[in-house]
Amino acid sequence: MSNVQSIYTTTIMTIITDMFAYDFMINAFAAAGVVAVVSGVVGYFLVMRGQTFAGHALSHIGFAGATGAALVGLAPLWGLLAFTLAAGIVMGALSERISNRDVAIGVILALALGFGLLFLHYTTSFATQATALLFGNVLAVDHTMIATLAALGTITLAAMAAIMRPLIFASLQPELAEAKGVSLRFVSTAFLAIVALAVSACAQIVGVLLVFTLMVGPPAAAQRITTGLWSGLLVSAALALADAWLGLTMAFYTDWPVSFCIAVLSAIGYFATLPARGARHAQAET
Amino acid sequence: MSVVTLDRATLRIAGHVVLSDVSFDIDTGEFIGVLGPNGAGKTTLMRAILGLLPPTKGKVNVFGCTPERGNPAIGYLPQLRTVLPDLRVRGRDFIASSLNGERWGLPAFSPRDRDMIDETLDAVGARDLATRPLSDMSGGERQRLLLAQALIGDPRLLLLDEPLISLDPRHQEVVIDVVRKVCRERKITVLFSAHELNQLLGTLDRVLYLGNREAVLGTVEDVVTAPVLSRLYRTDIQVVRADGHIFVMSRGRDVERTEHLHDHHHDHHH
Repeated sequence: MSNVQSIYTTTIMTIITDMFAYDFMINAFAAAGVVAVVSGVVGYFLVMRGQTFAGHALSHIGFAGATGAALVGLAPLWGLLAFTLAAGIVMGALSERISNRDVAIGVILALALGFGLLFLHYTTSFATQATALLFGNVLAVDHTMIATLAALGTITLAAMAAIMRPLIFASLQPELAEAKGVSLRFVSTAFLAIVALAVSACAQIVGVLLVFTLMVGPPAAAQRITTGLWSGLLVSAALALADAWLGLTMAFYTDWPVSFCIAVLSAIGYFATLPARGARHAQAET
Repeated sequence: MSVVTLDRATLRIAGHVVLSDVSFDIDTGEFIGVLGPNGAGKTTLMRAILGLLPPTKGKVNVFGCTPERGNPAIGYLPQLRTVLPDLRVRGRDFIASSLNGERWGLPAFSPRDRDMIDETLDAVGARDLATRPLSDMSGGERQRLLLAQALIGDPRLLLLDEPLISLDPRHQEVVIDVVRKVCRERKITVLFSAHELNQLLGTLDRVLYLGNREAVLGTVEDVVTAPVLSRLYRTDIQVVRADGHIFVMSRGRDVERTEHLHDHHHDHHH
């Protein structure tokens, strides 16, 4: 027993020393850790509000911003932030129930991707830039980026904490919340602005096309595992963190792209929690 | 003392007059059945009482004052209940979200809040819903949960907007019984809007019948009559009383029943 345990511990130690011998792996773990926690928390509310499609659209709009910024010589993150924030605020202000406006969101999403392509067309390093933006490039993260992500993450979580109470009320019971004096429009707009920040951070790690892997997969699985609010938030953040770090480890040993590994783990987490719910649902309907 | 007073009040939604020049007085502890065809202004009236829709003319007074948003003395069960079908939040957390839900910051609820929630759930006989997720509840269970929530904080006035809709008859009886029992015990004034009068006959003190921009408040004998309803429905109405039931008929068809069926049909499309 103790023999097995010691082999186990040694293996883990070897993995850790192997991986962390490289600076870029340490950086990747730090950046992915910050982003995963933020994504897990913000994504929990995105799933609760049924607004995942809006989150998806924001990341695509961010793609146009990122390529636009690259074209004029700015860091893509700033373009991403500017575009997603503006889009989030406009979407929130236009309608309290944006999740019902799938068609409008779909059209704008496609248009944004088109613009992204146009901006890329005029950028010299077309292919590298495009792949990094679309699918992420966590192994290229440097100290400045980690500091920026940490700041962005802190702001996002602080804003989330500030509006969490009315947000939950407005999400669960909009009619009653309105009657009690909650401004649905304000809450919805503020939330989409927060989602914009989280999407921008998340896209640095897994790319604009795969933000769902950290922002939707873990929270959706968490909501199936637990029905409590705080426990749900905790499980969601923990699952996102596990997906990100295990994904990095998997990528290190297989040489597969990191974002692919995270996407696979996120999907496994989601589908593993699915059957239990299906059975209960069937029971409730009879 | 009157709890709700409308004095020559006119209510409009987006310029369209819903109720015009309406006056009535509801007294403390009364159970009022709010009836009338679809679009007659049942929800609009409740929104005015909640302070969400100021009258364009005349006055609306609640507890002797102009109503203000977020009055804790009013419990409200809205009609448009956008409960996300996949919502895996447990009953207790669902109700807890409404406690001071309008305040900023992190949600937090004390052991006292928790006891309060459990007591209210007990009052409507739904303690077991505290730990079950909403996505696993039936329509009747959700309705009872929402009723429990409307009763939290000891409201003196309860606005229940179509609490019977999409419930089967057995659950409808349960909801009516629970409301009657709790509100009689606590002397709560109730405005209970519904499609069918008969289920409420044994419970209500007076009816408030809305239609054709008018509102008529009175006893069932005075209000549910052919002349009054013909005016409110703007068509020829016969009122047939049989075996303790009242049927409101238009050209041989039961008005309430056809409306209800129509409504159900409507729901399916959305």
